[in-house]
Amino acid sequence: MMAVVAAGTNRIDPYVIPALDGVAYGLLVFVAASGLVFCFGVANILNLAHGTLYAIGGYTAAALLDGGWASLALALAVGVLAAGAAGVLLAGLLTPVATGNHLTQALLTFGVALAGGSLLVAGFGPDDPQVRVPAALEGSVVVAGHRYAAYRLVFIVVAAAIAAALYLVVRRTRAGMLVRAAVDDAEMVACLGVSPARIRAGVLAAAGALAGAAGVLGAPIIGPGTDTADTVLLLSLVVVVLGGLGSMAGTLLAALAIGEIQTLGVALLPSAAPFLLFAAMAAVLAVRARGLASRWGAT
Amino acid sequence: MRDEVIRRARGAVAALVLAGLVVAPWVVDDYTTAILARTLALALVGVSVALLTGVAGMPTLGQTAPYAAGAYACVVVGSRISDVGVVQLAVAAGAGAVLAALTVPLVVHARGVIVLMITLAIGELVVTILGRWRSVTGGTDGLAGMPAVRPFWGLPPLASDQARYLYTLVVVATLVGAALLLLRTRAGLLLRAGRDDETRLRASGHRVPLHVSGAHIAAGAIAGGAGSLLVVAQQYISPADFGFDTSALLLLGVVIGGTASIGGALVGAALVIAVRDWLFGVLPGHAPLVLGALFVATVYLLPSGVNRARVRLRASSAAPSHPQAPPARDAATVPELRA
Repeated sequence: MMAVVAAGTNRIDPYVIPALDGVAYGLLVFVAASGLVFCFGVANILNLAHGTLYAIGGYTAAALLDGGWASLALALAVGVLAAGAAGVLLAGLLTPVATGNHLTQALLTFGVALAGGSLLVAGFGPDDPQVRVPAALEGSVVVAGHRYAAYRLVFIVVAAAIAAALYLVVRRTRAGMLVRAAVDDAEMVACLGVSPARIRAGVLAAAGALAGAAGVLGAPIIGPGTDTADTVLLLSLVVVVLGGLGSMAGTLLAALAIGEIQTLGVALLPSAAPFLLFAAMAAVLAVRARGLASRWGAT
Repeated sequence: MRDEVIRRARGAVAALVLAGLVVAPWVVDDYTTAILARTLALALVGVSVALLTGVAGMPTLGQTAPYAAGAYACVVVGSRISDVGVVQLAVAAGAGAVLAALTVPLVVHARGVIVLMITLAIGELVVTILGRWRSVTGGTDGLAGMPAVRPFWGLPPLASDQARYLYTLVVVATLVGAALLLLRTRAGLLLRAGRDDETRLRASGHRVPLHVSGAHIAAGAIAGGAGSLLVVAQQYISPADFGFDTSALLLLGVVIGGTASIGGALVGAALVIAVRDWLFGVLPGHAPLVLGALFVATVYLLPSGVNRARVRLRASSAAPSHPQAPPARDAATVPELRA
């Protein structure tokens, strides 16, 4: 009996750590992608500069973190403010472009991403900088008989708290109500006297702040570098595509699934690793093509 | 009358440009000839983007995916099976079409900006796969050292930059001509109709998803063929050739050219790629910054492409005789999601 249990644990054993990593990764992608979901769902903007907003947070963390708690708080504040300000700047640049002209909006945000990425590299150098986590979290803790990086464990808790706070804000506050109303019927919200330009600026600022927070806190997981913006944008896009729109739960599920695919999937099927993300997207979209189309058509 | 003048002027300009392209390799140096050949290949991808974005109403940022599939298929065939250009072109176009066919279920039910998002994800995933699937693609180091291509059985291999350029030019002209002819048929008419009023076309019994799938696969084949031309022109490929910025540049070129115009797409894409190459030569460190600023400036200056003004002009001049004339939709911006 004991032997069976032991054998069972052993079979699962090597995958405990990748699975836990997948949760951390998934929650990070969720926080980063939720900004893109807001941009897209509320302001109807495909923001191709979203990855660059994350990179701003990441570079801030690399520049400011020195191993103490105060520096973490400072980096978080600076990163959130800087990325939020970049979001407002983006909203300002988008104002003259006709609303509903998605193609030119996407091209404009891409231009901003290109220029912003170049500025970041000019400011922080072309090499991927090192990120120092607070000294107290540098070690590892024992989880179910395995050593696991303490920072990631704390990150899981913090990111889950951010997700919960986000849920409460969207569900319970007036700003959240406006956001949900704008997703359902933006024209009606405008008729009620809320300026669409203000909603757009607010949403882009919030999206920037979320991406900045994800960038600072997630810097030890998806670190700043020249590829960061592309990676985060790709993962966020896949999350948006898989999770549909307007549903926080769908976004969260999609993000966690992507986290597990990127970690547990790679551990289980190393040879098929490059194709897993593609296959997941294809499978979900093919199965739900009709349903997704109708839901998207309604927004 | 005015239409006639415009049509003739357009034909004259096209003939002039073509003549200029034919004599170009004897006027400019070898390096510029090689760059021109690569620009032609990218302009052909731009044509496939215009076919989807403007004609079928499916704005795409993912045509680099079939382009890459064609290029890598061409390298594999070229170094192991055959050095005949026509065979490589056919295999590359086939590979592009197959990849496009595989992704049809992902895009066929989506419209407008959702397609932009899904195709972008597809393009990025393909680049990721190219970087990691080392056994076939050589990873991020890329592939080089293909034997010289001979255009047809019995012909000598293309040994100089001029020969490679002329081969590229002939293939691009043939494929663009074929695409233009195809768009003049009923198929082109149905695609445009589906873009302009899908509900009405569906109501009259047409299968719009089928048309869209066909356009997607045809555009994939064109992009795949362009991939084989890239291999000929550049003789080296790596995942960096198929990045997200290439897609965005091509889309910008197509928008500048007026989304639905094939000729405009050729010119616009070639212009944008030329500006990029020039910038990277002149300002090695800050090219992306300037390029990004140019993107923003272009969007402000030409919100919907230069073609639109001309079409509007034509529509207003035709208005007195046809008070009920439908608005000129050909160069209009892409129709967006409808509730």
